[in-house]
Amino acid sequence: MEHIINLFIRSIFVDNMIFSFFLGMCSFLAVSKNVKTSLGLGLAVTFVLVITVPVDYLLQTKVLGPNCLMEGVDLSYLSFILFIAVIAGITQIVEMAVEKYSPSLYGALGIFLPLIAVNCAIMGASLFMQQRIGLDPASTQYIGSVWDSIAYAFGSGLGWTLAIVSMGAVREKMQYCDVPKPLQGLGITFITVGLMAMAMMCFSGIKL
Amino acid sequence: MSLFSKQNKKVFTEPLNINNPIMVQVLGICSSLAVTSQLKPAIVMGLAVTIITAFSNVIISLIRNTIPNRIRIIVQLVVVAALVTIVSQILKAVAYDVSVQLSVYVGLIITNCILMGRLEAFAMTNKPWPSFLDGIGNGLGYAMILVIVGAFREFFGRGSLLGFQIIPKSVCDAGWNNGMMTMPAMALILLGCVIWIHRAYFVKDDK
Amino acid sequence: MKTNSNSYTIIYSTILVVIVAFLLAFVFQALKPAQDANVALDQQKQILFALNQDRKMSDSEAKAKYKQLIVADDIIDADGHVVTKGSQGGTEAGFKLNSKDAKEGRLALYRCNVDGKVKYVIPVYGNGLWGPISGYIAINDDKATVFGAYFNHESETAGLGAEIKDNQQWQAQFKGKHLFASDPQKIALSVVKHGTAQGDNQVDGVTGATLTSNGVSEMLKADKGGLQPYVKFLNQK
Repeated sequence: MEHIINLFIRSIFVDNMIFSFFLGMCSFLAVSKNVKTSLGLGLAVTFVLVITVPVDYLLQTKVLGPNCLMEGVDLSYLSFILFIAVIAGITQIVEMAVEKYSPSLYGALGIFLPLIAVNCAIMGASLFMQQRIGLDPASTQYIGSVWDSIAYAFGSGLGWTLAIVSMGAVREKMQYCDVPKPLQGLGITFITVGLMAMAMMCFSGIKL
Repeated sequence: MSLFSKQNKKVFTEPLNINNPIMVQVLGICSSLAVTSQLKPAIVMGLAVTIITAFSNVIISLIRNTIPNRIRIIVQLVVVAALVTIVSQILKAVAYDVSVQLSVYVGLIITNCILMGRLEAFAMTNKPWPSFLDGIGNGLGYAMILVIVGAFREFFGRGSLLGFQIIPKSVCDAGWNNGMMTMPAMALILLGCVIWIHRAYFVKDDK
Repeated sequence: MKTNSNSYTIIYSTILVVIVAFLLAFVFQALKPAQDANVALDQQKQILFALNQDRKMSDSEAKAKYKQLIVADDIIDADGHVVTKGSQGGTEAGFKLNSKDAKEGRLALYRCNVDGKVKYVIPVYGNGLWGPISGYIAINDDKATVFGAYFNHESETAGLGAEIKDNQQWQAQFKGKHLFASDPQKIALSVVKHGTAQGDNQVDGVTGATLTSNGVSEMLKADKGGLQPYVKFLNQK
């Protein structure tokens, strides 16, 4: 239990998807223009992460890993293709399910869901999960059960949401600032994210 | 239509400068930041993306008329994922140390928006040869930024380029070595500056 | 062509999947031997670096050197008894063990012969700031002083934490350090904050990378994956 909490906290603050690994930058930059849409995309990403990472975890440990399916069979070379298929498939299913059963949620998340299939944060989380299965169980980053993978996915999603919402808030305020013309838009956004990443680095010293 | 008609040339050169995928189209940022703390992985990553973009563009362009419209995104993803797997396997076999440095970021080429963006916007509606040029052009435009940022960070961060010590070791120890540069945050700020310079000097007709 | 009917879509995707799967399986099989060879060579080089061999040697030189210097890659247990005997330049016994084996008490021990003198190389495994770290510690035949050390990491920050791997001068500080202080049952070799190292047991940490240095220090002393499980072996004189 303690391990799951540690892993969860670490995924939000220390191994933050945006500030430490730059994953999901494209949609992060495109959508973080205000707080409301940022929150919508953040929640959609968290939602999809919490479903896809455990599925990919089971796929990796029960089918793809060395000697999982049959003794001497190592299918790990199929992992990229299967992970992306799972992500694309689940995004599609989630989109349809949300549309059918919760039209109000669909109204809020709907337009973001198709974007998510090609969001690096989702694929990245699955690939990091694959890497972390082989880690030393004493490490806080170790993922050794479905529960660990859910905690990791939920933490990463929340970390991503935290990043995009704070960025949205900063950009809302930034509209009133006098930024040099060539630096406006993308340039200043990058520099802001850089400064935020620097501030987030103070969390790396936390001992979990 | 000749192989290097004016139109094809434009397809090739535009993404290098005024329509650069990173700086103007804002695609493929994730990997451009994570792999640029040194020059060598930056170059390898740039080349890998160029090759994959070009070939997936060609393949999709060849089969563009046969793809059922409903599953076209999945088909594109499968083709890209297959190519990325092949490249990552080759990297592990030929350049092991680089593949260790790139770690999961090779796999993340699949979700690199440059690829999907080019496939949707160009390869689905154009013939193979222009698609190939478009892929190479966009890939190189991407690689160019990676190399600039990578060279900056390695030179100012550790006083070397491609692993060769350029600034003498003694000077480095006396304070040249700037740990800040090799940290992730600095990559973002550097990229911001590159975009600033690019917008200020090369893009005249800004809206 | 009618590309929107259901049957066409299903046949199309089936053919695509079959082609891709065969292609990938073929590539994987063709490249597997080369990949495994690379991984093994990388490990051999790390062991040689711990034995203070030239970092710039070519791949073929490394293979030959490994064959020449490593007398046996034994597997021992926590009591110091040999469980599986390795072979000259061996890559089959202790060489195949990983961090999980080390934590379950199956310990790799490389017996080496450098310029006619007996040396031992011990692999260690631990955690740095961002991910796992590992290392090889070469020990002199008195089983108490360090002959050389090499560390490896997966994702420490380049220029800071990554110095534990890249900075040869830093690794050279381990040379001649003592594993034990007064208590011969407890590993005392440690890494301390930069500039505060004193005595025979302490090594200066990397500047600006205190947390990674602490990781190295903890790794050396660890009961599982560190040097501590080798204490009984080290006390056999």
